[in-house]
Amino acid sequence: MIFGPLGRRILSRLGTSLVVAWGSVTAAFLALHALPGRIEDILAGDLDYPGLREAIAAEWGLGRSLPEQYLDFVARIASGDFGVSYVLRQPVAQIVGSQILPTVQLATTAGALALALAVLAATLTAGRGGAARSVASTIELTCASAPVFWIGILLLMAFSFSLRWFPVSGAGGWKALVLPSAALALPTAGLLAQVLREAMEKTLEQPFIVTVRARGLGEGLIRLRHVLRHAALPAVTLGGWLIGGLLGGAVITEKVFGRPGLGTVTLNAVLTHDVPVVLAVVLLAAFIHVAASTLLDIVYVVIDPRLKAQ
Amino acid sequence: MTDTLRPLAGFGGSEGPAVRLRAFSNLLPRARLTILAATAFIVALVIMAAAPHLFTHYDPLAGDMLAALKAPSADHLFGTDRLGRDVFARTLHGARYSLSIGLGSAAISVVFGVLLGLLAGLRSRLLDEAICRLFDVISSFPGVLLALLVVTFLGAGMENIAIAVGIAGVPKFGRVVRAQTRLVRDADYVTHAAIYGQSRFGIFARHLLPNVLTAVPVVATVYVGTTILAVSGLSFLGLGPQPPTPEWGVMLAESRDVLRVAWWPGVFPGAAITLTVISFTALGNALQRRFERRVP
Amino acid sequence: MTQAPPGPLVEIEGLSIRFDGLDGPKTVVRNLDLVIRPGECVALVGESGSGKSVTARSLLNLAGDGARVDARRFLIEGEDALAFSGARWRALRGAFAGLVMQDALTSLDPLRTIGQEVSEVALRHGLVRSSGRDALVSATLASVGVPEPEVRARQYAHQLSGGLRQRALIAAAIAGRPRLIIADEPTTALDATVQVQVIGVLKELVRQGAGLLLVSHDLSVVAGIADRVLVMRDGEVADAGPTADVLARPRHPYTRELIAAVPSADSRGRLLSSGRIVPDDSGAIRITRDPLPARRAIGDGALLEATGLTKRYRRNVAGPGGREAFTALEDVSLVVRAGEVVGLVGESGSGKSTCAKILLGLLEPDAGAVMLLGQPWSNVPERRRRSLRSRLQYIPQDPLSSFDPRYRVAEVIGENLSGIEPHVRRRRILGLLERVGLDGAFADRSPRLLSGGQRQRVAIARALAADPVLIVCDEPVSALDVCIQAQVVDLIAELQSRLGTALLFISHDLGLVHHLADRVIVLKDGRVVEEGAAERVFQSPAHDYTRALIAAAPRSLVGGAAARAVA
Repeated sequence: MIFGPLGRRILSRLGTSLVVAWGSVTAAFLALHALPGRIEDILAGDLDYPGLREAIAAEWGLGRSLPEQYLDFVARIASGDFGVSYVLRQPVAQIVGSQILPTVQLATTAGALALALAVLAATLTAGRGGAARSVASTIELTCASAPVFWIGILLLMAFSFSLRWFPVSGAGGWKALVLPSAALALPTAGLLAQVLREAMEKTLEQPFIVTVRARGLGEGLIRLRHVLRHAALPAVTLGGWLIGGLLGGAVITEKVFGRPGLGTVTLNAVLTHDVPVVLAVVLLAAFIHVAASTLLDIVYVVIDPRLKAQ
Repeated sequence: MTDTLRPLAGFGGSEGPAVRLRAFSNLLPRARLTILAATAFIVALVIMAAAPHLFTHYDPLAGDMLAALKAPSADHLFGTDRLGRDVFARTLHGARYSLSIGLGSAAISVVFGVLLGLLAGLRSRLLDEAICRLFDVISSFPGVLLALLVVTFLGAGMENIAIAVGIAGVPKFGRVVRAQTRLVRDADYVTHAAIYGQSRFGIFARHLLPNVLTAVPVVATVYVGTTILAVSGLSFLGLGPQPPTPEWGVMLAESRDVLRVAWWPGVFPGAAITLTVISFTALGNALQRRFERRVP
Repeated sequence: MTQAPPGPLVEIEGLSIRFDGLDGPKTVVRNLDLVIRPGECVALVGESGSGKSVTARSLLNLAGDGARVDARRFLIEGEDALAFSGARWRALRGAFAGLVMQDALTSLDPLRTIGQEVSEVALRHGLVRSSGRDALVSATLASVGVPEPEVRARQYAHQLSGGLRQRALIAAAIAGRPRLIIADEPTTALDATVQVQVIGVLKELVRQGAGLLLVSHDLSVVAGIADRVLVMRDGEVADAGPTADVLARPRHPYTRELIAAVPSADSRGRLLSSGRIVPDDSGAIRITRDPLPARRAIGDGALLEATGLTKRYRRNVAGPGGREAFTALEDVSLVVRAGEVVGLVGESGSGKSTCAKILLGLLEPDAGAVMLLGQPWSNVPERRRRSLRSRLQYIPQDPLSSFDPRYRVAEVIGENLSGIEPHVRRRRILGLLERVGLDGAFADRSPRLLSGGQRQRVAIARALAADPVLIVCDEPVSALDVCIQAQVVDLIAELQSRLGTALLFISHDLGLVHHLADRVIVLKDGRVVEEGAAERVFQSPAHDYTRALIAAAPRSLVGGAAARAVA
């Protein structure tokens, strides 16, 4: 073998991810065909004009055998061709491409904000008894238990309507990004902080922490140099799921704040039964999720040397 | 690729470090208080869901245009919305929808998660691998988007979002049960049971299954909170029950138009969701800690 | 080591340590005096919960959260430590005193390299700059006898063997050139041969002028290195003085009990916990112990016969290639006769556990066969084994994990009493409990609430419930404190004598095997290297490995001839 244990682990992880991605495409195909009714009716959405059904049938090759259709479907998705939205009369890839930027902006800003808040809260309060920890964990539990859209509504009432610091809706400039990112970030931050703190407290009970203290290190350094890295492990494990949550939450946040983006596109597509668009967005989200999880799993192996030998 | 739900370490059979036991023992009275408060809230919620009219004489659907957007008062505890409907009455009636859809979808996740998780944890590596990949595939679709797909195909409605949220939760639950099963499967009291004359079926029925299943209600309690949260989000997007249903998510969606002039329709239903989720989460976590400490 | 300053390193009078819990303050150490001078080893000996670790850690102000340390005098290098600030304590940690704990696998940060761990203390105290780091790490690792220090420095704790790991932990503690080394159970969980090496490293450090505070549960480990010893019990010093004096003339009954409870050749055929120490005419001591009940004769026929057992695993390894075949057991044959006690001795990784699993019919061998009572026992379907299951029973090392967590004591024992009417069963259970020295009230308790010794008694009762002809005991007392260990060993030996049950006693403790076994089998790297009657093997071992094992085993605390047991 040319690859070391680490390389082999990463390769096998990549293989698994490909299988999962292929599995999600297959699931989409199966769902499409398991539905009652004709495929061309489903794909057409609420639209109807003479010749449409026939055009769809020709484009999707609905006359061919199922295995042929399936292979064609997988091949088209693999090449990035998500078909045409018959409702909007535009290639799906174009629609998604034009709207993806604000959503990615929102999700990444919120993700970064959540991570920063969680690390800060957990590092400052883990393992220290007293009021600060109780207050922090109560806030976290509340944030993690509150729906994104309610947090958005509360933020709107406080900062847009009462204080008038930030615009109510739209996507112009950084000011319009502040409240949506905060609304999306808070539940994730709450959850992440809980996981991080629990992991940190578990780590602080480990015997090696006594050894490290006996070297004369201060509490701050112990946390930064030793504890945080251990606590990162369960947080990384949670990462893939949180990214899925951020993507889903972005759809809701866009609706609360009336922001343009993939969420708005998707919701409109759902209302008009524009199946090609919904299918494309869902598959895209799945791919992003799979890619992110793969990356995180690789990060996990890099952080934890014990896994390389296993 | 796991998530916040985790197996109960206490059921593996190995004893946790004594240091930890002592550190947690000072939390005991507070944990008890949490369990008590959360249980009280959930019981109250169930009563509200079963018989909301015991607490209010207002009809949640009957509007009174003359009394539109009244601020909270003795007459209308939570005020009225833009159609003059009593927000308190609507919030009370909303408990029914959140609980039933939340519990319904949790039930779907639990039933299929337990079956698949047990199979994966027990049987051959091949089946384990297949089930784990299936979990990966399902969880690769973010819950909200999976629900959007289901609603596009099947149409909006309570049953459909319950199914969507239920399916999305199968891997979460399945992975917990799988991990739990492996923990129990490899514990000494299972691997050594043959010495005491137990047959394979006897070991499964007397040791393995009960010890895997004891963990399920605890983990499920935390999970109900998660489903209620997910369901409210989908209702907010208009994918679940339709107006004028007094569902909490729907009420919040309707409140957006009047936020500028009235805060109450946008505050109380959200607080209801949050408190409900907090109660289930806190109760589940407290139970989980109790089990892990295994204080009799 | 740096030049030792004049005067004691530590001078403590009237130390008390107390924890304020919710259920009131709890004093764990009372009125303890301790002096440690440079070039001197002082040992704190006691069972778990005696307060020895807390005392040791209080020298670094690391007694734990909520610990309140008080003393009439608490001087560190002549300065009043009770007045030290947090920063002052941090400056002392690692520089004045280094801490070595048990089990380097958990006491070194598993995510950092050995090099990072070893250099951390020196960097913290400004003894080296980052440029001199590698040289310091190599020199320190080499000084504790770690071969290829440059290679080891880049590895992680999990990649090192137990002995190397423990040396690396010592290196990490002494890299700051402390004048005092605090070693808390530094050799516990290590194999005897490795234990000797680690103690050797510590001895060398003391010879170079460092002070050493050695904390241990094991008097025999301490006997070889400590200048002075403090025996602690329930937070108080029971006995103190020069090591030779305390061992030769123990004043406190507890110290006597500790000394008398250690199993050895001299205690063969006697009850360990009945030991009484009486002074000799010469002023030295000797131990008298009551005899065990008369044993039944050992039969001729084989109860259990294993021939040519071989078991291989594939395991993942670091480096290219990835997986390799690992032979856990190679061509092992053994016989246990009726009423016989066979000791199976070996260090970790010798294949003891694999062997036990195969003999118990929990694992199939790749080659070879096991016969139980003349019937095939290995490689047969479980159905065919079932009728014989009750003849062969098991006492595990960790009884709690072998009890279903939902079960109470009666259910645990009852599992082995199937097909009996409930009220008869209940009576049998109570009878069994009585037989292992437990009150009937224990039947309805959860095993979790029992002490380690009581749990082991429950496991013994469960094994006896099936009325077996042979019991496999896998390190049944290695997790117990020495006095409790003596009681449980006595119980096993007494039942063996009365019932005539054969035992296959697996242990790493040579003294214990010598105390109990009729015949000894020595296992190394999955092979039997020596087998024979216990007296013969211990007196004239034939194999080099057996000789090394015996040499590494802790000496009997009371000199051979002086300690002849009398009835």
